[in-house]
Amino acid sequence: MTRWIFGTVAATALLTGAAMAKTDVTVGLQLEPPHLDPTSAAAGAIDQVLYSNVFEGLMRFASDGSVINGLAEEWDISEDGKTYTFKLHEGVKFHDGTDLDSADVKFSLDRARAEDSVNAQKALFENIADVEAVDPLTVKVTLTAPQGNFLFNMAWGDAVIVAPESIDDIKVKPIGTGAFKFDDWKQGDSITLVKNSDYWGEPAKLDKATFKFISEPTAAFGAMMAEDVDAFYSYPAPENLAQFEADPRFTVLAGNTEGETILAMNNKQAPFDNKLVRQAVSHAIDRQAIIDGAMFGYGTPIGSHFAPHNPAYIDLTGNSEYDPEKAKALLAEAGMADGFKTTLKLPPPSYARRGGEIIAAQLRAVGIETEISNLEWAQWLEQAFRGKDFGLTIVSHTEPMDIGIYARPDYYFQYDNPDLQKLMADFDVEADGDKRTEMLQQAQTIISEDYVNVYLFQLALTTVVNAKLQGIWPDAPTQAIDLTAVSWAE
Amino acid sequence: MRNLTFGLILTTIFAIGALVSFAWTPYDVTVLEIANKLKPPTAAHWFGTDHFGRDIFSMIMVGARTSIAVAIVAVVIGMGLGVPLGLAAAARKGSLLDEVIMRGNDLIFAFPSLLIAILITAIFGPSAVNAIIAIGIFNIPVFARLTRGAALSLWTRDYVLAARVAGKGATRISVEHILPNVANLLIVQGTIQFSLGILAEAALSYVGLGAQPPTPSWGRMLADAQTLIALAPHVALFPGFAILLTVLGLNLAGDGLRDVLDPKLRVLR
Repeated sequence: MTRWIFGTVAATALLTGAAMAKTDVTVGLQLEPPHLDPTSAAAGAIDQVLYSNVFEGLMRFASDGSVINGLAEEWDISEDGKTYTFKLHEGVKFHDGTDLDSADVKFSLDRARAEDSVNAQKALFENIADVEAVDPLTVKVTLTAPQGNFLFNMAWGDAVIVAPESIDDIKVKPIGTGAFKFDDWKQGDSITLVKNSDYWGEPAKLDKATFKFISEPTAAFGAMMAEDVDAFYSYPAPENLAQFEADPRFTVLAGNTEGETILAMNNKQAPFDNKLVRQAVSHAIDRQAIIDGAMFGYGTPIGSHFAPHNPAYIDLTGNSEYDPEKAKALLAEAGMADGFKTTLKLPPPSYARRGGEIIAAQLRAVGIETEISNLEWAQWLEQAFRGKDFGLTIVSHTEPMDIGIYARPDYYFQYDNPDLQKLMADFDVEADGDKRTEMLQQAQTIISEDYVNVYLFQLALTTVVNAKLQGIWPDAPTQAIDLTAVSWAE
Repeated sequence: MRNLTFGLILTTIFAIGALVSFAWTPYDVTVLEIANKLKPPTAAHWFGTDHFGRDIFSMIMVGARTSIAVAIVAVVIGMGLGVPLGLAAAARKGSLLDEVIMRGNDLIFAFPSLLIAILITAIFGPSAVNAIIAIGIFNIPVFARLTRGAALSLWTRDYVLAARVAGKGATRISVEHILPNVANLLIVQGTIQFSLGILAEAALSYVGLGAQPPTPSWGRMLADAQTLIALAPHVALFPGFAILLTVLGLNLAGDGLRDVLDPKLRVLR
């Protein structure tokens, strides 16, 4: 009898040993999508869960942000740059079994650019004059004017291809062409995707993927430590990262986001209407101390409102290097040798709350007293963002390529410079790539030398993953947690 | 008696710490030393340093000041308004005045106290002053009810009757005869409310509605330490113990004082 039991145990051990390679993954996320249609809402969480996993577009983003072919097998641009002909992959099926053909592409693009479209990025489709289904696998898109970044636009999550027959239920039952099929959504808890065995391309390596929504940082820590989740995308508490790094069970991926984190100054409110004062504040701030103290070392110092991983980036941190003596001299020059008092309004994220305390201490050292108020997002939006009732505030601007906000004098920090406004207006109509880069660099320099705001650091994307899990994107070139290439190491 | 001694000793330690902090703390709590962050307790930093490299011992001392100041003022507000209201209601028992005062108190009492505090700080903005007002307001009905209840029974006493016969008005009787006789109850209740005030201040600061940074506050220290517990437990431990020991001390002192001051209990012993 004993022998028999031993035999069974050994056999079970062997069996489980063979089946050890896990085929499912659970990814933790802070925010839950409001619904599941990426083509009708701006909420990033929708794309994070569904982009590339469930829905695909003609083009797509690769992990490094480059644009590669998606559902389009090849494409051709006419001489005048106004006609794009896309050839679709053959044998692509939607998850409900129907074939993908050019009519679906025409439907999707026409729906997105329609008068009554609720697409969050309608501008992406603005330039399309006509979409024509030439034959079942060929689509011809005619533009009103040549456009260098049209393929880039077609890679966005807002430009994915949907089928007309599934559109009514898309918000709760999304049907796409991706390597994963939508399975279940437990509201307030999780979304489950399962492998699409009929996938047209390289099939997913996992059988099942679950996105679990955990908003509390302490709960996120617990879930990760207990290995309830295999990865936590954009982990919310940087102070825990050192611990994950030290733990052989986990790897910390530190990537880039589009979030320029700034100490915004109210450019219309005294004394920040004086450039000398703004310059003094900029020199009073030690960026590295903030990155170390508030972000536990994660973040890249920036000297202007521009992401360091963008090719047009120039390093302007030298314009505002940490120099408290110079800050005091500048304050004296501005007639405020004794310093002044102002408000510092802080929204909830830890970069703001913690960063705010450090900044308050650094400003105090040069004689500027700040009255800190910690606000909830709704209060912050009402008082600081819309009401413009603040002296200083800290916020991360997470939209990609958003330097254009400096050309809006009514934007919350109220910077009004006609030169920059003209530059940005010219930029919008400029088609030449080199000239565009040059203009962006010019804009970076203008706002840096005008000390509009204090540019602190580029927010890092920190994702904690199980050390055996491979293929998670470290960066966020778009809102996506692409699991199609994710697998477990043996 | 042992309770009272122990409670008073604990309370005194924190009170002394708070007082000394006005003149001296081991380190300046407004100076951040990021390079020196999250150091465990050492001879140089008795309680270690927090996530900004501030000395936790110094922060506890200054935090005691915040807690005690908020709690004292809140108790003073509660007593200052609650006791006269209670005396007035007892003096005019059954009158419209009595009804208005006591139903008004019931109204405040009906709301959970922390909820009122959150409401007030949400409307007027988070700050130590608003926290004091909020905590003070929900102290009013506590003292008003206690005073009225005790005063009512005193009003039937012979010496009060004698005072009335001698021509003393209701106000004079309340001040000269009733108040001294309810004072012992008020002292005991005051101690209890004081400890509740410290807890309420910590709770409000914990959710970010109390004293604003850079003023150290035990509740906020605890909130800041929450995600650091696994990394540096001492950051959460010391402010947590500070709150626990102060409240324990005050409750023991309150109990002890009641034993000493309450004539009924004295007779029983």
